[in-house]
Amino acid sequence: MKIMVPVKRVLDYNVKPRVKADGSGIDLANVKMSMNPFDEIAVEEAIRLKEKGVATEIVVVSIGEQKAQETLRTALAMGADRAILIVSEDRVEPLGVAKLLKAIADEEAPGLIILGKQAIDDDNNQTGQMLAALTGWGQGTFASAVEVSGDSVTVTREIDGGSETVSLKLPAIVTTDLRLNEPRYASLPNIMKARAKPLAQKTAADYGVDIAPRITTLKVEEPAKRSAGVKVADVDELIGKLKTLGVVA
Amino acid sequence: MKTLVWVEHDGAAVKDATLSTVTAASQLGDVHLLVAGQGVGAVADAATKIAGVAKVHVADDAAYAHALAENIAPLVAELMGDHDAFVVPSTSTGKNIAPRVAALLDVMQISDILSVEGDNSFTRPIYAGNAIATVKSSDAKLVLTVRGTAFAKAATEGGSGTIEAVGSTGEKGVSTFLSSEIAKSERPELTSAKIIVSGGRALQNAENFTSIIEPLADKLGAGVGASRAAVDAGYVPNDYQVGQTGKIVAPEVYIAVGISGAIQHLAGMKDSKVIIAINKDEDAPIFQVADIGLVGDLFKIVPELTGKL
Repeated sequence: MKIMVPVKRVLDYNVKPRVKADGSGIDLANVKMSMNPFDEIAVEEAIRLKEKGVATEIVVVSIGEQKAQETLRTALAMGADRAILIVSEDRVEPLGVAKLLKAIADEEAPGLIILGKQAIDDDNNQTGQMLAALTGWGQGTFASAVEVSGDSVTVTREIDGGSETVSLKLPAIVTTDLRLNEPRYASLPNIMKARAKPLAQKTAADYGVDIAPRITTLKVEEPAKRSAGVKVADVDELIGKLKTLGVVA
Repeated sequence: MKTLVWVEHDGAAVKDATLSTVTAASQLGDVHLLVAGQGVGAVADAATKIAGVAKVHVADDAAYAHALAENIAPLVAELMGDHDAFVVPSTSTGKNIAPRVAALLDVMQISDILSVEGDNSFTRPIYAGNAIATVKSSDAKLVLTVRGTAFAKAATEGGSGTIEAVGSTGEKGVSTFLSSEIAKSERPELTSAKIIVSGGRALQNAENFTSIIEPLADKLGAGVGASRAAVDAGYVPNDYQVGQTGKIVAPEVYIAVGISGAIQHLAGMKDSKVIIAINKDEDAPIFQVADIGLVGDLFKIVPELTGKL
Protein backbone atom coordinates (compact mmCIF):
# COMPACT_ATOMS: atom_id res chain seq x y z
CA MET A 1 0.00 0.00 0.00
CA LYS A 2 1.16 3.47 -0.85
CA ILE A 3 0.83 6.22 1.77
CA MET A 4 0.59 9.89 0.86
CA VAL A 5 1.56 12.54 3.40
CA PRO A 6 0.92 16.23 2.74
CA VAL A 7 3.29 18.55 4.63
CA LYS A 8 3.30 22.32 5.15
CA ARG A 9 6.10 24.79 5.71
CA VAL A 10 5.19 27.14 8.56
CA LEU A 11 6.76 29.60 10.98
CA ASP A 12 8.73 27.55 13.52
CA TYR A 13 6.59 26.84 16.57
CA ASN A 14 9.12 28.39 18.96
CA VAL A 15 9.11 31.75 17.20
CA LYS A 16 6.85 34.47 18.55
CA PRO A 17 4.94 35.81 15.51
CA ARG A 18 5.19 39.54 14.81
CA VAL A 19 2.21 41.31 13.27
CA LYS A 20 3.25 43.63 10.41
CA ALA A 21 2.82 47.31 11.15
CA ASP A 22 0.49 47.79 8.17
CA GLY A 23 -1.87 45.09 9.44
CA SER A 24 -1.49 42.96 6.31
CA GLY A 25 -0.28 39.82 8.05
CA ILE A 26 2.57 38.24 9.97
CA ASP A 27 6.15 39.22 9.20
CA LEU A 28 7.80 36.10 7.77
CA ALA A 29 10.94 37.79 6.44
CA ASN A 30 14.12 36.32 7.94
CA VAL A 31 12.40 34.14 10.50
CA LYS A 32 12.94 30.44 11.06
CA MET A 33 10.53 28.23 9.13
CA SER A 34 9.99 24.53 9.80
CA MET A 35 7.75 21.63 8.98
CA ASN A 36 4.36 21.95 10.69
CA PRO A 37 4.72 19.82 13.87
CA PHE A 38 1.54 17.84 13.18
CA ASP A 39 2.90 16.97 9.73
CA GLU A 40 6.13 15.63 11.24
CA ILE A 41 3.92 13.27 13.22
CA ALA A 42 2.13 12.28 10.01
CA VAL A 43 5.44 11.52 8.26
CA GLU A 44 6.63 9.53 11.28
CA GLU A 45 3.44 7.46 11.34
CA ALA A 46 3.79 6.67 7.64
CA ILE A 47 7.39 5.57 8.18
CA ARG A 48 6.37 3.33 11.07
CA LEU A 49 3.71 1.72 8.89
CA LYS A 50 6.40 1.09 6.29
CA GLU A 51 8.71 -0.39 8.90
CA LYS A 52 5.88 -2.71 9.95
CA GLY A 53 5.54 -3.86 6.35
CA VAL A 54 2.09 -2.28 5.96
CA ALA A 55 3.20 0.46 3.57
CA THR A 56 5.37 -0.06 0.50
CA GLU A 57 5.98 3.53 -0.53
CA ILE A 58 5.63 6.95 1.08
CA VAL A 59 4.96 9.97 -1.13
CA VAL A 60 5.17 13.38 0.52
CA VAL A 61 3.47 16.39 -1.04
CA SER A 62 3.70 20.09 -0.35
CA ILE A 63 1.92 23.04 -1.88
CA GLY A 64 3.58 26.41 -1.59
CA GLU A 65 6.58 28.46 -2.56
CA GLN A 66 9.85 27.03 -3.90
CA LYS A 67 11.31 26.99 -0.39
CA ALA A 68 8.81 24.29 0.57
CA GLN A 69 11.37 21.99 -1.12
CA GLU A 70 13.34 22.16 2.14
CA THR A 71 10.32 20.84 4.03
CA LEU A 72 9.97 17.98 1.55
CA ARG A 73 13.70 17.19 1.85
CA THR A 74 13.24 16.99 5.62
CA ALA A 75 10.45 14.45 5.12
CA LEU A 76 12.63 12.49 2.69
CA ALA A 77 15.46 12.52 5.24
CA MET A 78 13.10 11.14 7.87
CA GLY A 79 12.32 8.21 5.55
CA ALA A 80 9.80 9.17 2.86
CA ASP A 81 10.58 7.78 -0.60
CA ARG A 82 9.54 10.47 -3.03
CA ALA A 83 8.25 14.03 -3.03
CA ILE A 84 5.94 16.20 -5.10
CA LEU A 85 5.96 19.98 -4.85
CA ILE A 86 3.12 22.00 -6.30
CA VAL A 87 4.57 25.45 -6.64
CA SER A 88 2.33 28.37 -5.80
CA GLU A 89 3.71 31.72 -4.73
CA ASP A 90 0.20 32.74 -3.64
CA ARG A 91 -1.34 31.44 -0.46
CA VAL A 92 -3.60 28.46 -1.10
CA GLU A 93 -6.59 27.95 1.20
CA PRO A 94 -7.50 24.54 2.68
CA LEU A 95 -10.24 24.03 0.07
CA GLY A 96 -7.75 24.66 -2.76
CA VAL A 97 -5.16 22.44 -1.07
CA ALA A 98 -7.75 19.69 -0.66
CA LYS A 99 -8.66 19.92 -4.36
CA LEU A 100 -5.01 19.68 -5.42
CA LEU A 101 -4.43 16.76 -3.05
CA LYS A 102 -7.51 15.05 -4.49
CA ALA A 103 -6.03 15.44 -7.98
CA ILE A 104 -2.72 13.93 -6.82
CA ALA A 105 -4.55 11.14 -4.99
CA ASP A 106 -6.37 10.31 -8.24
CA GLU A 107 -2.99 9.87 -9.95
CA GLU A 108 -1.12 8.17 -7.14
CA ALA A 109 -3.96 6.01 -5.76
CA PRO A 110 -2.65 5.81 -2.18
CA GLY A 111 -4.30 3.43 0.30
CA LEU A 112 -4.00 5.94 3.10
CA ILE A 113 -3.45 9.68 3.30
CA ILE A 114 -2.10 10.97 6.61
CA LEU A 115 -2.24 14.71 7.32
CA GLY A 116 -1.59 16.85 10.37
CA LYS A 117 -4.80 17.84 12.16
CA GLN A 118 -4.02 21.53 11.78
CA ALA A 119 -1.30 23.90 10.63
CA ILE A 120 0.01 26.04 13.48
CA ASP A 121 -0.09 29.23 11.38
CA ASP A 122 -3.67 29.39 10.08
CA ASP A 123 -5.01 27.07 12.82
CA ASN A 124 -7.80 26.05 10.41
CA ASN A 125 -8.10 22.31 11.07
CA GLN A 126 -9.91 21.74 7.75
CA THR A 127 -7.77 20.22 5.00
CA GLY A 128 -8.01 16.53 5.95
CA GLN A 129 -11.76 16.65 6.41
CA MET A 130 -12.20 18.52 3.10
CA LEU A 131 -10.02 16.00 1.27
CA ALA A 132 -12.11 13.19 2.77
CA ALA A 133 -15.27 14.88 1.49
CA LEU A 134 -13.86 15.33 -2.02
CA THR A 135 -12.63 11.73 -2.24
CA GLY A 136 -15.71 10.33 -0.47
CA TRP A 137 -13.38 8.37 1.84
CA GLY A 138 -13.77 7.82 5.56
CA GLN A 139 -11.95 10.19 7.92
CA GLY A 140 -10.18 9.43 11.18
CA THR A 141 -9.40 12.89 12.53
CA PHE A 142 -7.31 13.78 15.62
CA ALA A 143 -5.78 10.30 15.67
CA SER A 144 -3.81 9.09 18.68
CA ALA A 145 -3.51 5.49 17.41
CA VAL A 146 -3.66 3.99 13.93
CA GLU A 147 -3.77 0.31 13.06
CA VAL A 148 -4.10 -1.05 9.56
CA SER A 149 -5.47 -4.55 9.15
CA GLY A 150 -6.56 -6.00 5.82
CA ASP A 151 -8.74 -3.56 3.96
CA SER A 152 -9.55 -1.32 6.92
CA VAL A 153 -7.86 1.00 9.38
CA THR A 154 -8.77 1.35 13.04
CA VAL A 155 -8.28 4.88 14.35
CA THR A 156 -8.44 6.00 17.99
CA ARG A 157 -9.51 9.64 18.02
CA GLU A 158 -9.02 12.31 20.67
CA ILE A 159 -12.45 13.77 21.44
CA ASP A 160 -13.57 16.34 24.01
CA GLY A 161 -14.61 13.94 26.75
CA GLY A 162 -11.93 11.29 26.16
CA SER A 163 -11.35 9.12 23.12
CA GLU A 164 -13.27 7.05 20.62
CA THR A 165 -12.33 4.33 18.15
CA VAL A 166 -13.63 4.06 14.60
CA SER A 167 -12.97 1.65 11.77
CA LEU A 168 -12.57 3.05 8.25
CA LYS A 169 -12.61 1.25 4.94
CA LEU A 170 -9.45 1.76 2.94
CA PRO A 171 -8.59 4.01 1.22
CA ALA A 172 -9.05 6.48 4.05
CA ILE A 173 -7.90 9.80 5.48
CA VAL A 174 -6.22 10.13 8.87
CA THR A 175 -5.26 13.39 10.60
CA THR A 176 -2.73 13.30 13.42
CA ASP A 177 -2.96 14.51 16.98
CA LEU A 178 0.19 15.29 18.97
CA ARG A 179 -0.31 12.10 20.92
CA LEU A 180 0.11 9.78 17.94
CA ASN A 181 3.90 9.40 18.09
CA GLU A 182 7.26 11.03 18.74
CA PRO A 183 8.82 11.98 15.39
CA ARG A 184 12.41 10.87 14.79
CA TYR A 185 15.30 13.16 13.94
CA ALA A 186 16.85 12.76 10.52
CA SER A 187 20.47 11.60 10.81
CA LEU A 188 23.19 13.29 8.76
CA PRO A 189 23.67 10.29 6.42
CA ASN A 190 19.91 10.23 5.83
CA ILE A 191 19.90 13.96 5.13
CA MET A 192 22.65 13.36 2.53
CA LYS A 193 20.73 10.46 1.00
CA ALA A 194 17.55 12.53 0.86
CA ARG A 195 19.22 14.89 -1.61
CA ALA A 196 19.22 12.12 -4.19
CA LYS A 197 15.60 11.12 -3.70
CA PRO A 198 13.13 12.18 -6.43
CA LEU A 199 11.32 15.49 -6.02
CA ALA A 200 8.87 16.33 -8.82
CA GLN A 201 7.74 19.89 -9.39
CA LYS A 202 4.29 20.78 -10.67
CA THR A 203 1.97 23.75 -10.72
CA ALA A 204 -1.69 24.03 -9.81
CA ALA A 205 -2.42 24.63 -13.49
CA ASP A 206 -1.04 21.14 -14.29
CA TYR A 207 -4.05 19.74 -12.45
CA GLY A 208 -6.60 22.18 -13.84
CA VAL A 209 -7.74 22.99 -10.33
CA ASP A 210 -9.21 26.37 -9.44
CA ILE A 211 -7.48 27.57 -6.29
CA ALA A 212 -8.70 31.17 -6.33
CA PRO A 213 -9.12 32.29 -2.71
CA ARG A 214 -12.62 32.58 -1.30
CA ILE A 215 -11.62 34.46 1.79
CA THR A 216 -10.02 37.89 1.93
CA THR A 217 -8.03 38.95 4.95
CA LEU A 218 -9.07 42.52 5.68
CA LYS A 219 -6.59 43.07 8.49
CA VAL A 220 -4.41 41.30 11.02
CA GLU A 221 -3.94 42.79 14.47
CA GLU A 222 -2.21 42.03 17.72
CA PRO A 223 -4.58 40.63 20.32
CA ALA A 224 -5.51 42.90 23.21
CA LYS A 225 -2.60 43.13 25.61
CA ARG A 226 -3.14 42.07 29.20
CA SER A 227 -2.21 44.74 31.71
CA ALA A 228 0.71 43.97 33.98
CA GLY A 229 -0.20 42.14 37.15
CA VAL A 230 1.10 42.22 40.69
CA LYS A 231 3.21 39.76 42.61
CA VAL A 232 2.11 38.79 46.07
CA ALA A 233 4.53 37.79 48.82
CA ASP A 234 2.74 34.87 50.45
CA VAL A 235 -0.35 32.71 50.60
CA ASP A 236 -2.21 35.03 52.96
CA GLU A 237 -1.84 37.93 50.56
CA LEU A 238 -2.99 35.67 47.71
CA ILE A 239 -6.08 34.68 49.69
CA GLY A 240 -6.73 38.37 50.35
CA LYS A 241 -6.71 38.99 46.59
CA LEU A 242 -8.97 36.00 45.97
CA LYS A 243 -11.43 37.43 48.49
CA THR A 244 -11.36 40.82 46.77
CA LEU A 245 -12.15 39.04 43.50
CA GLY A 246 -15.00 37.14 45.12
CA VAL A 247 -13.45 33.76 44.31
CA VAL A 248 -13.61 32.77 47.96
CA ALA A 249 -15.86 34.09 50.68
CA MET B 1 -30.01 35.13 6.42
CA LYS B 2 -31.16 31.70 7.58
CA THR B 3 -28.66 29.81 9.72
CA LEU B 4 -28.49 26.13 10.60
CA VAL B 5 -26.82 25.48 13.95
CA TRP B 6 -25.31 22.10 14.84
CA VAL B 7 -26.63 21.00 18.22
CA GLU B 8 -23.88 19.40 20.27
CA HIS B 9 -25.41 16.84 22.61
CA ASP B 10 -24.66 13.60 24.43
CA GLY B 11 -27.92 11.91 23.49
CA ALA B 12 -29.68 13.21 26.59
CA ALA B 13 -28.97 16.93 26.94
CA VAL B 14 -27.91 19.91 24.86
CA LYS B 15 -24.29 20.83 25.58
CA ASP B 16 -23.33 24.37 26.56
CA ALA B 17 -21.21 24.85 23.43
CA THR B 18 -24.45 24.89 21.43
CA LEU B 19 -25.74 27.87 23.41
CA SER B 20 -22.83 30.18 22.57
CA THR B 21 -23.11 29.04 18.96
CA VAL B 22 -26.79 30.06 18.91
CA THR B 23 -25.76 33.54 20.08
CA ALA B 24 -23.25 33.81 17.23
CA ALA B 25 -25.82 32.55 14.71
CA SER B 26 -28.48 34.99 15.94
CA GLN B 27 -26.13 37.83 14.95
CA LEU B 28 -26.42 36.60 11.35
CA GLY B 29 -30.17 36.01 11.08
CA ASP B 30 -32.87 33.40 11.78
CA VAL B 31 -31.72 30.51 13.92
CA HIS B 32 -32.63 26.98 12.92
CA LEU B 33 -31.13 24.04 14.79
CA LEU B 34 -30.17 20.58 13.65
CA VAL B 35 -30.45 17.75 16.16
CA ALA B 36 -29.00 14.58 14.67
CA GLY B 37 -28.60 11.26 16.42
CA GLN B 38 -30.51 8.21 17.47
CA GLY B 39 -33.29 8.53 20.05
CA VAL B 40 -32.87 12.28 20.37
CA GLY B 41 -36.46 13.22 21.29
CA ALA B 42 -35.50 14.74 24.63
CA VAL B 43 -32.63 16.72 23.10
CA ALA B 44 -34.95 18.05 20.37
CA ASP B 45 -37.53 19.14 22.97
CA ALA B 46 -34.87 20.94 24.97
CA ALA B 47 -33.59 22.55 21.77
CA THR B 48 -37.00 24.09 20.94
CA LYS B 49 -36.86 25.99 24.24
CA ILE B 50 -33.54 27.72 23.57
CA ALA B 51 -34.18 31.46 23.33
CA GLY B 52 -34.34 32.76 19.77
CA VAL B 53 -34.74 29.42 18.02
CA ALA B 54 -37.29 29.37 15.19
CA LYS B 55 -37.12 25.78 14.01
CA VAL B 56 -35.50 22.52 15.07
CA HIS B 57 -34.71 20.01 12.33
CA VAL B 58 -34.58 16.56 13.82
CA ALA B 59 -32.76 13.72 12.07
CA ASP B 60 -33.33 10.61 14.15
CA ASP B 61 -31.64 7.60 12.59
CA ALA B 62 -29.15 4.88 13.48
CA ALA B 63 -26.79 6.32 10.82
CA TYR B 64 -26.35 9.44 12.99
CA ALA B 65 -25.93 7.65 16.32
CA HIS B 66 -22.25 8.49 16.81
CA ALA B 67 -22.07 11.69 14.76
CA LEU B 68 -19.83 10.10 12.13
CA ALA B 69 -18.89 12.90 9.73
CA GLU B 70 -19.26 10.60 6.72
CA ASN B 71 -22.99 10.15 7.45
CA ILE B 72 -23.76 13.58 8.90
CA ALA B 73 -22.13 15.77 6.23
CA PRO B 74 -24.43 14.68 3.35
CA LEU B 75 -27.44 15.32 5.61
CA VAL B 76 -26.25 18.84 6.39
CA ALA B 77 -25.33 19.51 2.77
CA GLU B 78 -28.91 18.65 1.78
CA LEU B 79 -30.39 20.91 4.48
CA MET B 80 -28.09 23.71 3.33
CA GLY B 81 -30.14 23.93 0.13
CA ASP B 82 -32.53 25.94 2.28
CA HIS B 83 -30.08 27.72 4.61
CA ASP B 84 -27.39 30.35 4.12
CA ALA B 85 -25.00 29.49 6.92
CA PHE B 86 -23.98 26.35 8.82
CA VAL B 87 -22.82 27.41 12.26
CA VAL B 88 -21.01 24.88 14.43
CA PRO B 89 -19.39 24.96 17.86
CA SER B 90 -15.59 24.49 17.81
CA THR B 91 -15.83 21.19 19.65
CA SER B 92 -14.09 18.04 18.49
CA THR B 93 -17.37 16.93 16.86
CA GLY B 94 -17.90 20.30 15.21
CA LYS B 95 -14.34 20.49 13.91
CA ASN B 96 -14.69 16.98 12.50
CA ILE B 97 -17.93 17.59 10.64
CA ALA B 98 -17.93 21.22 9.47
CA PRO B 99 -15.05 21.10 6.94
CA ARG B 100 -16.53 17.98 5.36
CA VAL B 101 -19.77 19.90 4.87
CA ALA B 102 -17.91 22.95 3.51
CA ALA B 103 -16.11 20.87 0.88
CA LEU B 104 -19.38 19.20 -0.19
CA LEU B 105 -20.83 22.70 -0.67
CA ASP B 106 -17.63 23.89 -2.38
CA VAL B 107 -17.14 26.73 0.09
CA MET B 108 -14.27 27.71 2.39
CA GLN B 109 -14.94 27.35 6.08
CA ILE B 110 -14.04 30.10 8.54
CA SER B 111 -12.75 28.40 11.69
CA ASP B 112 -13.12 29.40 15.31
CA ILE B 113 -14.75 32.83 14.91
CA LEU B 114 -14.45 35.31 17.79
CA SER B 115 -16.92 37.90 16.52
CA VAL B 116 -19.37 38.66 13.73
CA GLU B 117 -18.33 41.91 12.04
CA GLY B 118 -20.91 41.96 9.25
CA ASP B 119 -22.88 39.48 7.12
CA ASN B 120 -19.77 37.94 5.65
CA SER B 121 -16.93 39.14 7.83
CA PHE B 122 -15.61 37.74 11.06
CA THR B 123 -12.60 37.85 13.35
CA ARG B 124 -10.61 34.74 14.17
CA PRO B 125 -7.35 33.93 15.93
CA ILE B 126 -4.31 32.77 13.96
CA TYR B 127 -0.78 31.73 15.01
CA ALA B 128 -1.90 30.26 18.32
CA GLY B 129 -3.85 33.38 19.20
CA ASN B 130 -0.85 35.67 18.68
CA ALA B 131 -2.77 37.58 16.01
CA ILE B 132 -6.41 38.28 15.25
CA ALA B 133 -7.43 38.30 11.59
CA THR B 134 -10.53 39.98 10.22
CA VAL B 135 -11.65 37.96 7.22
CA LYS B 136 -14.41 38.25 4.64
CA SER B 137 -15.94 35.39 2.72
CA SER B 138 -16.97 35.68 -0.92
CA ASP B 139 -18.76 32.31 -0.91
CA ALA B 140 -22.49 32.04 -1.51
CA LYS B 141 -22.95 30.06 1.69
CA LEU B 142 -21.10 30.29 4.98
CA VAL B 143 -19.67 27.47 7.06
CA LEU B 144 -18.43 28.74 10.43
CA THR B 145 -17.11 27.16 13.57
CA VAL B 146 -17.57 29.25 16.70
CA ARG B 147 -15.23 29.69 19.66
CA GLY B 148 -17.57 29.10 22.58
CA THR B 149 -15.74 31.31 25.05
CA ALA B 150 -16.11 34.34 22.74
CA PHE B 151 -19.93 34.43 22.79
CA ALA B 152 -22.43 34.60 25.68
CA LYS B 153 -24.66 31.58 26.12
CA ALA B 154 -28.24 31.82 24.86
CA ALA B 155 -30.89 31.17 27.51
CA THR B 156 -32.14 27.57 27.69
CA GLU B 157 -35.70 28.74 28.29
CA GLY B 158 -38.05 31.13 26.55
CA GLY B 159 -37.79 29.82 23.01
CA SER B 160 -40.66 28.32 21.08
CA GLY B 161 -39.10 26.55 18.11
CA THR B 162 -41.12 24.12 16.03
CA ILE B 163 -39.91 20.60 15.39
CA GLU B 164 -39.52 19.36 11.83
CA ALA B 165 -38.49 15.77 11.16
CA VAL B 166 -35.83 15.32 8.49
CA GLY B 167 -35.51 12.22 6.33
CA SER B 168 -32.29 10.26 6.66
CA THR B 169 -29.60 10.42 4.00
CA GLY B 170 -28.54 6.99 5.18
CA GLU B 171 -25.45 5.07 6.15
CA LYS B 172 -22.54 5.75 3.77
CA GLY B 173 -20.76 2.58 4.73
CA VAL B 174 -17.17 3.94 4.78
CA SER B 175 -16.83 4.26 8.55
CA THR B 176 -18.00 2.41 11.64
CA PHE B 177 -18.05 3.47 15.27
CA LEU B 178 -16.40 0.83 17.48
CA SER B 179 -16.15 2.21 21.02
CA SER B 180 -15.54 5.24 23.16
CA GLU B 181 -13.83 5.91 26.43
CA ILE B 182 -15.24 8.93 28.20
CA ALA B 183 -13.42 10.20 31.28
CA LYS B 184 -15.79 10.38 34.25
CA SER B 185 -15.55 13.44 36.42
CA GLU B 186 -17.66 15.05 39.11
CA ARG B 187 -15.93 18.35 38.52
CA PRO B 188 -17.27 21.08 36.22
CA GLU B 189 -16.54 20.59 32.52
CA LEU B 190 -13.35 22.40 31.60
CA THR B 191 -14.71 24.60 28.81
CA SER B 192 -17.58 25.93 30.90
CA ALA B 193 -15.98 26.03 34.38
CA LYS B 194 -15.91 29.42 36.15
CA ILE B 195 -12.65 28.58 37.90
CA ILE B 196 -9.89 26.33 36.61
CA VAL B 197 -6.85 25.02 38.44
CA SER B 198 -4.19 23.78 36.03
CA GLY B 199 -1.00 21.90 36.72
CA GLY B 200 2.17 21.56 34.72
CA ARG B 201 5.34 19.53 34.52
CA ALA B 202 6.53 20.81 37.90
CA LEU B 203 4.03 18.52 39.62
CA GLN B 204 6.52 15.71 38.82
CA ASN B 205 4.05 12.81 38.85
CA ALA B 206 0.41 11.73 38.77
CA GLU B 207 0.28 11.24 42.55
CA ASN B 208 1.32 14.84 43.19
CA PHE B 209 -1.25 16.03 40.69
CA THR B 210 -3.95 14.16 42.59
CA SER B 211 -2.75 15.19 46.03
CA ILE B 212 -1.94 18.85 45.31
CA ILE B 213 -3.99 20.17 42.37
CA GLU B 214 -7.24 18.30 42.90
CA PRO B 215 -7.87 19.26 46.58
CA LEU B 216 -7.44 22.94 45.67
CA ALA B 217 -9.82 22.55 42.72
CA ASP B 218 -12.37 20.79 44.92
CA LYS B 219 -12.16 23.52 47.53
CA LEU B 220 -12.87 26.14 44.86
CA GLY B 221 -15.44 24.07 42.93
CA ALA B 222 -13.08 24.41 39.99
CA GLY B 223 -12.38 22.39 36.86
CA VAL B 224 -8.95 20.78 36.51
CA GLY B 225 -6.69 21.48 33.55
CA ALA B 226 -3.12 20.70 32.57
CA SER B 227 -0.31 21.77 30.32
CA ARG B 228 0.81 19.56 27.47
CA ALA B 229 3.91 18.61 29.46
CA ALA B 230 1.77 17.22 32.28
CA VAL B 231 -0.37 15.29 29.81
CA ASP B 232 2.61 13.91 27.87
CA ALA B 233 4.24 12.82 31.09
CA GLY B 234 1.08 10.87 31.90
CA TYR B 235 0.06 12.80 35.04
CA VAL B 236 -3.47 13.30 33.69
CA PRO B 237 -5.57 12.17 30.69
CA ASN B 238 -5.29 13.97 27.34
CA ASP B 239 -8.62 15.72 27.54
CA TYR B 240 -7.34 17.82 30.47
CA GLN B 241 -4.99 19.65 28.13
CA VAL B 242 -5.44 23.41 27.79
CA GLY B 243 -3.78 25.06 24.81
CA GLN B 244 -3.58 25.53 21.05
CA THR B 245 -4.01 21.81 20.51
CA GLY B 246 -6.14 21.10 23.54
CA LYS B 247 -9.10 22.99 24.91
CA ILE B 248 -9.58 26.74 24.71
CA VAL B 249 -10.88 28.08 28.01
CA ALA B 250 -11.77 31.52 29.32
CA PRO B 251 -12.90 31.12 32.92
CA GLU B 252 -13.35 33.90 35.48
CA VAL B 253 -10.23 32.70 37.26
CA TYR B 254 -7.41 30.52 35.91
CA ILE B 255 -4.86 29.29 38.42
CA ALA B 256 -1.68 28.03 36.72
CA VAL B 257 0.43 25.92 39.04
CA GLY B 258 3.92 24.92 37.95
CA ILE B 259 3.24 25.94 34.34
CA SER B 260 5.94 27.98 32.58
CA GLY B 261 3.56 29.56 30.05
CA ALA B 262 4.69 28.42 26.60
CA ILE B 263 3.03 30.08 23.56
CA GLN B 264 0.97 26.96 22.93
CA HIS B 265 -0.42 26.89 26.47
CA LEU B 266 -1.16 30.63 26.57
CA ALA B 267 -3.18 30.18 23.34
CA GLY B 268 -5.68 28.15 25.34
CA MET B 269 -6.15 30.34 28.41
CA LYS B 270 -5.01 33.92 27.95
CA ASP B 271 -8.56 35.21 27.57
CA SER B 272 -9.31 34.19 31.16
CA LYS B 273 -10.58 37.16 33.18
CA VAL B 274 -8.07 36.76 36.00
CA ILE B 275 -4.91 34.69 35.73
CA ILE B 276 -3.08 33.58 38.86
CA ALA B 277 0.36 31.99 38.56
CA ILE B 278 2.24 29.99 41.14
CA ASN B 279 5.75 29.15 39.99
CA LYS B 280 9.18 28.99 41.55
CA ASP B 281 10.86 30.55 38.50
CA GLU B 282 10.22 34.27 38.69
CA ASP B 283 11.24 34.67 35.03
CA ALA B 284 8.65 32.17 33.78
CA PRO B 285 6.67 33.66 30.85
CA ILE B 286 3.41 32.91 32.69
CA PHE B 287 4.11 35.91 34.97
CA GLN B 288 3.90 38.23 31.92
CA VAL B 289 0.21 37.46 31.57
CA ALA B 290 -0.66 36.74 35.20
CA ASP B 291 -2.71 39.30 37.11
CA ILE B 292 -1.52 37.87 40.38
CA GLY B 293 1.74 36.01 40.73
CA LEU B 294 3.26 34.16 43.63
CA VAL B 295 6.87 33.04 43.33
CA GLY B 296 7.67 29.98 45.38
CA ASP B 297 7.57 26.23 45.81
CA LEU B 298 4.19 24.88 44.76
CA PHE B 299 4.63 21.86 47.05
CA LYS B 300 4.51 24.25 50.02
CA ILE B 301 2.28 26.99 48.67
CA VAL B 302 -0.62 25.00 47.24
CA PRO B 303 -1.29 22.78 50.27
CA GLU B 304 -1.05 25.88 52.49
CA LEU B 305 -3.50 27.69 50.21
CA THR B 306 -5.90 24.74 50.18
CA GLY B 307 -5.67 24.48 53.96
CA LYS B 308 -6.41 28.14 54.56
CA LEU B 309 -9.38 28.40 52.20
